[in-house]
Amino acid sequence: MSNGTLYDNVWDKHAVTELPTGQTQLFIGLHLIHEVTSPQAFGMLRERGLEVAYPKRTHATVDHIVPTADQSRPYGDSAAEEMMSELEQNVRDSGIVFDDPTTGNQGIVHVIGPEQGITQPGMTIVCGDSHTSTHGAFGALAFGIGTSQIRDVLATGTVAMEKQKVRKIEVTGELSAGVTAKDIILTIIRKLGTDGGVGHVYEYAGSAIESLGMEGRMSICNMSIEGGARAGYVNPDETTYEWLKNTDAFKDNPERFETLKTYWESIRSDEDAEYDDVVTIDGSAIEPVVTWGTTPGQGIGISEPIPEPESLSPEKQETARRAQKHMRVKPGETMEGYNIDVAFLGSCTNARLPDLRAAAEIIKGREVDPSVRAMVVPGSQRVKAAAEAEGLDEIFREAGFDWRGAGCSMCLGMNEDQLEGDEACASSSNRNFVGRQGSKDGRTILMSPLMVAAAAVTGEVTDVRELEEVVSA
Amino acid sequence: MSDGPADIVEYVSGTGIPVRGNDIDTDQIIPARFMKVVTFDGLGEFAFFDQRFDDEDNQKEHPFNEPQFQNANILVVNNNFGCGSSREHAPQALMRWGIDAVVGESFAEIFAGNCLALGIPTVTVSQEDAEALQAFVDENPDAEIDVDVAAETVTYGDKTVDVTVDDAQRKALVEGVWDTTALMKANANAVREKAKSLPYIQDHEVPAVKDD
Ligand code: SF4
Repeated sequence: MSNGTLYDNVWDKHAVTELPTGQTQLFIGLHLIHEVTSPQAFGMLRERGLEVAYPKRTHATVDHIVPTADQSRPYGDSAAEEMMSELEQNVRDSGIVFDDPTTGNQGIVHVIGPEQGITQPGMTIVCGDSHTSTHGAFGALAFGIGTSQIRDVLATGTVAMEKQKVRKIEVTGELSAGVTAKDIILTIIRKLGTDGGVGHVYEYAGSAIESLGMEGRMSICNMSIEGGARAGYVNPDETTYEWLKNTDAFKDNPERFETLKTYWESIRSDEDAEYDDVVTIDGSAIEPVVTWGTTPGQGIGISEPIPEPESLSPEKQETARRAQKHMRVKPGETMEGYNIDVAFLGSCTNARLPDLRAAAEIIKGREVDPSVRAMVVPGSQRVKAAAEAEGLDEIFREAGFDWRGAGCSMCLGMNEDQLEGDEACASSSNRNFVGRQGSKDGRTILMSPLMVAAAAVTGEVTDVRELEEVVSA
Repeated sequence: MSDGPADIVEYVSGTGIPVRGNDIDTDQIIPARFMKVVTFDGLGEFAFFDQRFDDEDNQKEHPFNEPQFQNANILVVNNNFGCGSSREHAPQALMRWGIDAVVGESFAEIFAGNCLALGIPTVTVSQEDAEALQAFVDENPDAEIDVDVAAETVTYGDKTVDVTVDDAQRKALVEGVWDTTALMKANANAVREKAKSLPYIQDHEVPAVKDD
């Protein structure tokens, strides 16, 4: 059993009581909601004549269904319009703050919480969305819940949960050039498996993690769930505090910042904390990673061959065979040179300002390959505005990228941004499941924003570190 | 649903349906485009939709299409079933299609939690037993299967195998306390005290005591 970790510390501070089921009733400090998983929960509440217990600790946005081109109301898609109206009605009835697109604060739920300083260390944070783990980058205990649990949180401000084990993942060394946080997390998932984290919370530590900015830490925590871990976190440090200091929550309130900083410091994992498990990964050995299959665990370094299914553990072989058939790849080959039709730069994993900056750096002075449909979907309206203030939109547009409004977009294809037929997509998102991007024959290759940029200009999966040569050749 | 005592789910009996494969994710169980709805009604017909139909809406080979399984209520799966998104639409679609219990090698956590919230047990068995049960169901689609949540066994044909039901899940189902809202609402005062004890919660964010 773990002891003295941030997870233990935050858990203890939020545990209300033990329920007859043996589960703990855990107070939830922040409840984020969006239009896809909340309407049914509000419906259940109405059925029982219950009210939202902590509306001021609840915060709403709209992200999954918003169009990223024409956002005028009513939306062209009537189903999307209905979901939006439903959310508007629910937040109005309950007195919940809603960052709708007219506020300039709208965006993907896992982007807006951190950027406004709503997400803070030492909080318990839930959302009806599995990538809620993202907020763990700030040293919060953050996890996704289902709709019935959303109902519980709305009605009571609490969830029923069992305590989990804590695995520390130490990423040592320094990343080499062209390697990003995304490559770290894809490496971790590949090593520990898509179900390796079931029953665990991941604590990410080590020099390669600590040297990352908040955005990189968010990319890593974001994909904890792809490794089976419901939550992942990084202990808060000066990088975290620096970020928070400049957010809406604290920029005019230095006193509150100092008071809370004492709390944030107090919940960090103790020096002598005990973990259920410790895994060490050499960060300096990681190269840019791309997926060859249809689970996020099916990744390889860009120079590595696609594995023979027979070389994998028995339970992975059938999945690998099916994935290779779907992706039309052969074992023994590398992914380099794999033709792509679409380049998608977006999602709660990689659509924050530094992601766009890094990709723009690659794109600058180059052109999107004529065979490629390329789009940038910033993570939030604020990210979009900040990028435009730096002129990044011009760089992308000039290169032939479509510069769109904020939302989930082609990460899951719930709006009109979808793959068509068997298109192959170089994607900075987090899931390459069959059908994920809106077409059941679509093929998704997960990679970092840098690698998406490189693929967009060459029309094929490309080692970004060799791009100079590729272009001049 | 009501605020009264929830139903007790000690065991589930019925016939089986096998869906083979590891890492079957929630995008497969219910594709995102069917989630553009504000209620869960009618989701049943979209369960495994893209596995069941091609672009022209012709049926493909899938257990959910096969006539002999149309009345089945016990789904038998393999490893890491239900991974991916937290969408409760996935277990809702399965439940509305007719599934009352799932037997498998392992389940993604959020999926299992979502099932529990609906009173659907997710019981785990060894790889060997999962495959044997799938083979049995294929050959005997009409044979009765008993999933005993309380005793942690599954009985089919002349066989009884041991299964594992997570402790909290077993307690919740067997004692009928899987509907947690009422249970937790009863502790509203303790929750309020807890909220007030947290440095990041401000007084005006904690609801006033109501006499109800
Ligand atoms: S960007 Fe993708 S993964 Fe993130 S919340 Fe939206 S749909 Fe989910």
